[in-house]
Amino acid sequence: MGHEKIMGHDIDNTGTNPLTGRRRVWKEYQKVIPSDKYFYVRSCIRQNIFPASEVHFLKIMREALGKDVYENPHHTTCSGIGYHSDVVPLETSMTIVARQFALMAEAGYENLAVSCITSFGLYTEFLETWQHFPHIRERIAEKLYRATGRELVLPKCVAHASDIIYALRDEISQKAKYRLVNKNTGEPLRIVEHIGCHYAKMFPSKGVGGAEYPCVLSGMVDAWGGQIVDYPERRQCCGFGFRQYLVQANRGYSISNTKKKFDSMEPYHPDAIIANCPGCPYFMDRWQYVIAEMEGKTYGENGFGIPVLTYEELAGLVLGYDPWDLGLQVHQTSVEPLLDKMGIEYDPSQKYKGLDGKDLGRPEEPRVLKTELCPHCL
Amino acid sequence: MIDFGYGITRSNRLNLDEADLTLARKMARREKSFGTCIGCGTCTAGCTAGHFTAYNPRKIQLMILNGQTENLKEDLEKCMLCGRCQMLCPRGISLRSLWSKLYRALDAPHKTPSVTRDIF
Repeated sequence: MGHEKIMGHDIDNTGTNPLTGRRRVWKEYQKVIPSDKYFYVRSCIRQNIFPASEVHFLKIMREALGKDVYENPHHTTCSGIGYHSDVVPLETSMTIVARQFALMAEAGYENLAVSCITSFGLYTEFLETWQHFPHIRERIAEKLYRATGRELVLPKCVAHASDIIYALRDEISQKAKYRLVNKNTGEPLRIVEHIGCHYAKMFPSKGVGGAEYPCVLSGMVDAWGGQIVDYPERRQCCGFGFRQYLVQANRGYSISNTKKKFDSMEPYHPDAIIANCPGCPYFMDRWQYVIAEMEGKTYGENGFGIPVLTYEELAGLVLGYDPWDLGLQVHQTSVEPLLDKMGIEYDPSQKYKGLDGKDLGRPEEPRVLKTELCPHCL
Repeated sequence: MIDFGYGITRSNRLNLDEADLTLARKMARREKSFGTCIGCGTCTAGCTAGHFTAYNPRKIQLMILNGQTENLKEDLEKCMLCGRCQMLCPRGISLRSLWSKLYRALDAPHKTPSVTRDIF
């Protein structure tokens, strides 16, 4: 600690002044995240692949933390998935996004909470574009008015939903029923965090910790008692990449990329993976089954995979929600090893029951990847 | 195994902790200018042999640094030692000397590249 030269600047690392030293440098990597009053926009695909994540974000915010989060059923796709797949023109996407902002303003909100990383990246990209090229913003405002009769009002803050959970992580920690600690050994659980590429790699200043030190998920894990795994391919893409997956012939690129990540994290024996993107947990969850079928390779203990959760699911487990209400039964990779380590009580007979007790049907058992617990498995 | 219609490509990642860098260390000792290369590729762009064959001096330099020395000898045999790369190198690396020393370091059966041997 003391004075040192960093990139030609004399930096005070004594820590005596809150605006000097590492604190001043770190300040550049922070973003303002309001803790209340949000207009929430959902993802196109998350409700299909992790069906209870978004509803539990709302439940945690409204019921557990008492926050005001409004959701308008008239909001639509942001069109990001079409934009990144080259089927929706840029100005069409901009007008759709402008309509979302208009809906937010009409509802009396200034802060936008975004469920999807692609949407978050797209909103950020368009706001940056409109800031630097005001004539484009004017053109889009005109198109929006012509198409819908609405006025374009820019949000005061655009936060990804994981930003908000990050900002409220200590409040969640205070209400925690379970912690990310192995109940048998007392050791912190080893968690791999994976942040969606569109969160901060495009606009580093819009993410907590920027692109170099994104701590939006690691902050949650730290606050809830877990230990982050720092492995060589930590910041590598999950492998989704729209065009790598949408065309079947290209899916080899996607799975090769994911395998590279799993091979890299395997020596650290992670207990779980969390992600804040729609595609990342989906691909890291499902590709474990495909890799097992293709190469006979599994990455968890005793032939299981590594459980992959969304941050809402992890927050829900920490707060003591029922794993099956959180939708953990629709994961391809079995989550029971994680539940057992955390000491979470669950009823295996209710795994494939819907909320109304209706039988959801059991999925076919994979040939290689173990998905059901038996007394001999662990 | 199930045929999904696509496959997993083998990773081409290099683990430099496990790579055999004996040759790179040997070359750094024998030819001091070897370590000053910035990999700009001017040598390859102006290479006489490279104009007619797949010879690529920059690739050879990279392969040495990566410890991928399996096919170096065959590649190096294409060099005519004309010295054009040395003339063009912005770092002033003594490339003719480097190739000759590399040839010896690889323990080649003949001490000079084949083209040069045939000429002289």
